[in-house]
This record gives sequence, structure tokens and C-alpha cells, in this order.
Amino acid sequence: MSQTPNAAVALLVVDDEASVRESLARWFAEDGFTVGTADSAAQALQRMQERRWDILLLDIKMPGMDGMELQQRVAEIDPGATIIFITAHATVDTAVRALKAGAFDYVTKPVDPDHLSHIVQNAVRQRQLQRRNEQLQEQVSEFARADAIVGDSPAMRRVYDLIQTVARTDTTVMIRGESGTGKELVARAIHGNSGRRYFPIVTVTCGALAEGVLESELFGHERGAFTGAQYRRKGKLELADGGTLFLDEVGNIDTKTQMDLLRVLETKQFTRVGGNNVIHADFRVISATNRDLEKAVQEGTFREDLYYRLNVFTIFLPPLRERKGDIPVLAEHFVKRFARQRGMQPMAISPEAMDALVRYDWPGNVRELENAIERAMVLGRPPALRPEDLPFQVTGPAARPGTGTLESVEREHIIRVLEDNHWNISRSAEILDIDRATLYHKIERYGLRKPV
Amino acid sequence: MTARVCILDASRRRGAEADGLPARVAAALGVPVRVLMRTFDLDRAWDAARGQHDASELVAQVAAHAGGSREKFIAVVDADLYVPVLTFVFGQAQLGGSSAVVSTHRLNNEFYGLRPDPARLEERLEKEIIHEVGHLFGLVHCRDWACVMRSSTYVEEIDLKGAGFCDACAALLREATGAGAAAAG
Repeated sequence: MSQTPNAAVALLVVDDEASVRESLARWFAEDGFTVGTADSAAQALQRMQERRWDILLLDIKMPGMDGMELQQRVAEIDPGATIIFITAHATVDTAVRALKAGAFDYVTKPVDPDHLSHIVQNAVRQRQLQRRNEQLQEQVSEFARADAIVGDSPAMRRVYDLIQTVARTDTTVMIRGESGTGKELVARAIHGNSGRRYFPIVTVTCGALAEGVLESELFGHERGAFTGAQYRRKGKLELADGGTLFLDEVGNIDTKTQMDLLRVLETKQFTRVGGNNVIHADFRVISATNRDLEKAVQEGTFREDLYYRLNVFTIFLPPLRERKGDIPVLAEHFVKRFARQRGMQPMAISPEAMDALVRYDWPGNVRELENAIERAMVLGRPPALRPEDLPFQVTGPAARPGTGTLESVEREHIIRVLEDNHWNISRSAEILDIDRATLYHKIERYGLRKPV
Repeated sequence: MTARVCILDASRRRGAEADGLPARVAAALGVPVRVLMRTFDLDRAWDAARGQHDASELVAQVAAHAGGSREKFIAVVDADLYVPVLTFVFGQAQLGGSSAVVSTHRLNNEFYGLRPDPARLEERLEKEIIHEVGHLFGLVHCRDWACVMRSSTYVEEIDLKGAGFCDACAALLREATGAGAAAAG
């Protein structure tokens, strides 16, 4: 960190004795500080209207308002101002009171020049750190706001209200909604608006990991805990300490890990896989799922006690087809974002294309819309995206699958989704809301091939 | 070349080392330096409760001597100096003004219970005179450890720094004096 030149630091000396005021002012002027003086508390308050003073040196005993009372008023005007008391009448009582009220330091007249010089240097350094800290916090908040949730429909406004309400509390939250509705964005918004925002939000995608792997992912493992565990590794629960743990696809956790997780959520204590040390971690839990957990509880595949532990405060995210009014703003948001990412001019969306976007049903929700816009931006030519650039064609009043057997419709639909996603299996599986194994199985069964 | 410095010597220092001091100060500042023997009304500056002399009162007496002259005046006294809020000062100057005072009292090894060292005393006094005259020419404290404008609140810190100006302070001094200040040394 570079040093601030002293001239950038403003110092106000408040003392009713002219000789003290002048000698202090001269002393600090020789150090290059910007110095001002005031002969009373009233004058000091007046001078606080003129400019911002970084450090105030206050005499305690002054006629009229004394230094202690002035300290309180200064704190009201500028809570960031650093206050140093200089007094001839030192008592333990006043020193304790002054420091409790937030004074930076307390010295008695006459003060050793070296001591005074150190105190002021420390005050300046603290001030710089404080300012730097404020700047960094501001930057972090900016990052947290970066990928905002878009939409102004009544349904989404209700979601924003719920986010605001629950963010301020430390309550466990469950986010429900179809695949692609933006559950992770909601989790990030809750974290970003909470008191834990300067600590990490750690995401665990529960559905993507096999049984043993999820366990070690969550709890960490000791060296040699299992074949391949060559190093000790911290788990996500430990990494989330102080922050938020986001359990995505929580409905896919296996029964054994469900039990372990329940115990952790109840005690906030756990051990690493293969370890004995009890580790404490303090985090808020936000989970998300697109599955019917109630049904899973009835069927016995999801523990009822874990369900109640996670499902304290629920936010339902509406599917895109239920908030079609948001489609135009979302589409324009994605156009702008892709243009910015690729350094190209944002294109307009032709009225025909916008009409098609609004009429489509979006089974893959916002994520599907995002992909559709990305694809259209590659295919489309300025000045505007046309309906032909979209990965689907809407004919008639609504999109309607062709006639035929259920299997043939399913086959056609899978082909279309795969092609739309350049045969990206994970993304296609997500849009189809089936797992990757099932998709591979269906590809094989219908004899589908990736075009060369 | 209009800038000049006058040392008003009221100290009891004598000897070859003391005689060589004005020339060394002149070389560091790059301006002519003359010496006048003077006495000051120390009683008026005396504070019986503290057993010290008020530096501000002595600066005022130097200022009275200076009158409206454009010359810079610095008094050298043996008295222990203070300003009201501080336990002591080595010297004091009007920032950008005409008058300053510096004391030999705490530059003396005897003050710290050590054997007298006249050469060391002259060396410290030279640095303190140059430092206070630097203030008279408008210079403020410098962060450079070796620069004479570095603030010293311990006598050891005076020994640590040099008698010359760092490049930045030398440039400011040249601007203020309209002369060529010696480089850092």
C-alpha cells in the first residue's frame, strides 16, 4: 500500500489555550499535514462544516462544551473521524470514558514528541486501512451485484421481496423451481445481501457426484483415508466457514450422506473422512432442488428429518412460461451480455423473432433462453436477430409436437435438443431434466449419432 | 542571490569545531551564512514549574531582532527548550518565516550521562541548524532516512540522518533560495 502524503491528511487542533493550539499546529505543519485550529467546541463544530477532518486533537477541559461532549457530536457528524485527547488533567476515569466512547488515544500534556509522533502516525495508518477496507467492501458488493436476476413480473417481484426478507436473517432456505429457472442466482443474491457476504458462498452440486465422492467433497478427507487420497483435503463445509453453503440438486443425495449431512446441520460439527478431529464450521445453508421432495419423502428415498431441517423458508421460482412478460427484458439482457463478452455491437431483436421468443414455452426455462440467444447471436447478422436464427420454429398459435407414437415424439425431441446444444450431453440432459446416464441410454436405444 | 542566513550565537561553545560550523552550514544550504554573537532575555522565556525555556518566546525575540529583513535568522542557545504541549524540543522555526531557535542542551552527550564529545555535538548542531533553516525556507519533514529534513524526536535519530538534503528537498530548497543547494551527503 502506498503512503498517503501528509498534506492529504487534515488535522484539527481544538484547545482553548492559544499557546497549546499554536505550538501543536506548528509541530504538525512541520510534518507537512494540513492543519486547522479551533479555540472552542463550538468553533470546532463550525469548522467541521467547512471540510472533512481526518484526525481531531481535542482538549478535554474547555469552557462551554468540553472535549468529551464534543467527541460525541463529532462522532455523529463523521463517525470515521479519528479522535485523540490531549489533556493536562489526566484521571483514569476520563481516560477510560474517552476510550470507551471510541477515542483513538489519550495523552497528557506535556507529551513526549516521539510519543505524539507515533500516535499520529498510527492514526494515519489506521485511517488508510479503514479507507482501503471500505473501498474493497464496495468492490466486493459490486461483484456480488454483477450477475443480477432479471425480470419485473409480479411473480419475480415477489421473489425479490422474499430474497430481501430472508437475506437479513440467518434462516435455512430452500429454493424450488424447474431446471434452468435460476436457483443458483437466487442463492447468490441471498448470500450477497446477507451479513455473511464478505465470506465465501460455496456450491456443492450434489447430483453430479457419486456416493463416496460427495462425502469427501463435503467433509474433506485425511491423507490415506481411501485409495487415491494422497493429501489431506479440506471439505466444502470447512471452506464455507463464516459464509454460505449452497447445496444444489439436494434431492439427489444418497441415503448415507443424507444422514451425515443431517447430523452436521444439527451440530455444525463434523470430522474429515478417515479423521478423528472434530471440526467446527459456521455457515448458513441454502439448498435447491427441482425434484418433488415431498414425494421422495413418501417413497422413503429422502429422509423426512432432513427435509424439515432444510425446508425452513421456501422460495418458489416460477417457470419462464408463467412469466412470459419477462422474456423481452431477459432476451435483451442476454444479447447485451454476449455482445459485451465477445466485444461485438449488441444486435436488436426483430419484432418477429421477439414474438417467437414470447410464444415458445421454454421447457428449459431461462437457461434455455440464454442458450437460444447465444446460438442466435452466432448465426444472426446485424442489425437484428430474425426468427430463422432461433433454434426452434414456432408455427401456428402454439408449438405442437408432430403426430405419431410417444416414442417417435420423444426421439424427435431428443434429437432437436441435442442439435440445439451441439451434442453437449450435460446441457442437453439438463434441459431434458433427465440425468446423463438416462440420456446416453436413450441415444443408444434410438440409434442416434452425432453428425460429423 | 537574495537569500542569506544569519546565526545569532548565544551559546558557550568555543573551539575550532565551532568555528568551522558556519562554512559547513553554508555549503549544505548553498547560501551565504554569517554569525553574530548575541544574548537573549532568557528570564522572559523561563517557566519555573517546568524548569525549561519556552521556545516560542525565544523565536519571538529572534523575530524582533530580524525586523523586516529578508534574511533568515536562527539563534543558538544552551537552554533546554519546550513548547506547551511537548516535553521538549531540539529547536523551533516559523515555517516559511524568518526566525528560528535551536538548543545545544539535548545535543550534548552529558545530558544523557555520557562523556562529553564536542565533535559529536557540533555535528548534531550543524544538522539541527540546517533542518530548522530548511523549515524557514518552507520545507516540511521528509520520509527519507538520510535526509536532513527527516523528523528527529530522539538524539540518536539525528545521528542517523545526514547533514544533506535528499534530491526532492534539495530541489525545493533551490526553488526557495534561488541558489544551488549541495546534493545529498
